[in-house]
Amino acid sequence: MVAVLLSLPSRTADRLKLAISGLFLPLIGLAASTHEATAKAGDSLTSREELLRENAALRTNNQWLTFQYEQVSNALTENEQLRQRLNFRRQNPRWNLLPAHVFARDPETWWRSVWIDLGSRTPGMRTNLAVLTDEGLVGKVVSVGETRSRVVLLGDPGLRVAVLVGPNRLNATLRAGSAGARENNLLDIENLFGESAERTVRPGDQVVTWGEGGVFPAGIPVGKVVDVPQKDYGATTEARVRLSANLDALENVWVMIVP
Amino acid sequence: MNWLNTILILALAYAGAFLEGPFALFRNWLGAQITLLPALMVYTSLTSGIGTVALLAVCGGLLRDSPSENPLGVSILPLFFMGFIILWKRDLLLREHPFAQMALGLAAGAVFPLATLFLLFNLGRGPLLGWMWLWQWVAGTLTGGVLTPLLFRLFGRLRRAFEYPAMKQSSFREDREIKRGRQ
Repeated sequence: MVAVLLSLPSRTADRLKLAISGLFLPLIGLAASTHEATAKAGDSLTSREELLRENAALRTNNQWLTFQYEQVSNALTENEQLRQRLNFRRQNPRWNLLPAHVFARDPETWWRSVWIDLGSRTPGMRTNLAVLTDEGLVGKVVSVGETRSRVVLLGDPGLRVAVLVGPNRLNATLRAGSAGARENNLLDIENLFGESAERTVRPGDQVVTWGEGGVFPAGIPVGKVVDVPQKDYGATTEARVRLSANLDALENVWVMIVP
Repeated sequence: MNWLNTILILALAYAGAFLEGPFALFRNWLGAQITLLPALMVYTSLTSGIGTVALLAVCGGLLRDSPSENPLGVSILPLFFMGFIILWKRDLLLREHPFAQMALGLAAGAVFPLATLFLLFNLGRGPLLGWMWLWQWVAGTLTGGVLTPLLFRLFGRLRRAFEYPAMKQSSFREDREIKRGRQ
């Protein structure tokens, strides 16, 4: 039986996993409603004075954001008009982001994956979609159930991402180097090719997705270069990156729906 | 009681698998996840037959692997292996003693992740191991040691609650009956 299970095609195994993990749904629902009830009970204890103060702060914030939104809308319209005049092809299609909640993590520490509460019932949801937070890239969707999906995170041994490094936009591959570094939110970039990479890549350089490969759209922030190992002979082809998003404390994420 | 015992064991395996994956409270507190299955397997193999051991290995393994990136079924063999060894040698074990239960729980908690890793490496899946894994392994081993005697107590109480109480033996013995009157 074990031999049969282990030799199943990955798609069938994923479906079976989704079906079996569906058994946890009643308990997950129970835990979520308990959490909600506790939060509601906590909310009812908030004082009126505090609520009024928070309300005033939110009003001010709202006014400021409305003003900013007007400015950005004008800039976008202007940008669109200029693009049309120059017949400039749009490189980054508009990102359509759907909010999702992380409700489970991989029980094994040697993998890095989480479960989110979006599934095939949500229009556009499918495998190989990028998942991110406000800070940056988090991972990609690898299997989709009816109401939930599994996301493999950056730092998982099976996930590699094509990235661009620094102002010179050198291309490279992001992957998990060692577990010790991964625990500190550090990943390796390898195959860093370009003219005199050791001189052009510096600590603090921004790392973003390249957009090659069809999974991750270009320009998603990934992290910043921490150090570039010095080599006596040959060109530098490696560096270490600190991820922008804290993958150990994920609660709410965005799934990037690509039309 | 046998079927009820099996159902209770499977129900606890289900709850244990839920605590490991979707329920992150222990992970947030301790930085390591609580693993119930090795301790449960020790209890099962010391108190039940091969059928229940196999059922727990299959159900527990599948429930554990389903929310994980592990290949489906990879946890079944280590669980069954542990259960089978204990079942095989259980007549030599002082299974009623909490110390023996704790020692077996510690051993099971330590062996289970190592055996799973061994299988993963043989399957060509290279997981990344670091200090976090070492802490998880230590926590899993200690959890196995602590939980096993507790499981024996819990199941003992449940058994007493659900089973008919044992009939008290009468002090009457035929061979010591005093016959009165003429024979």
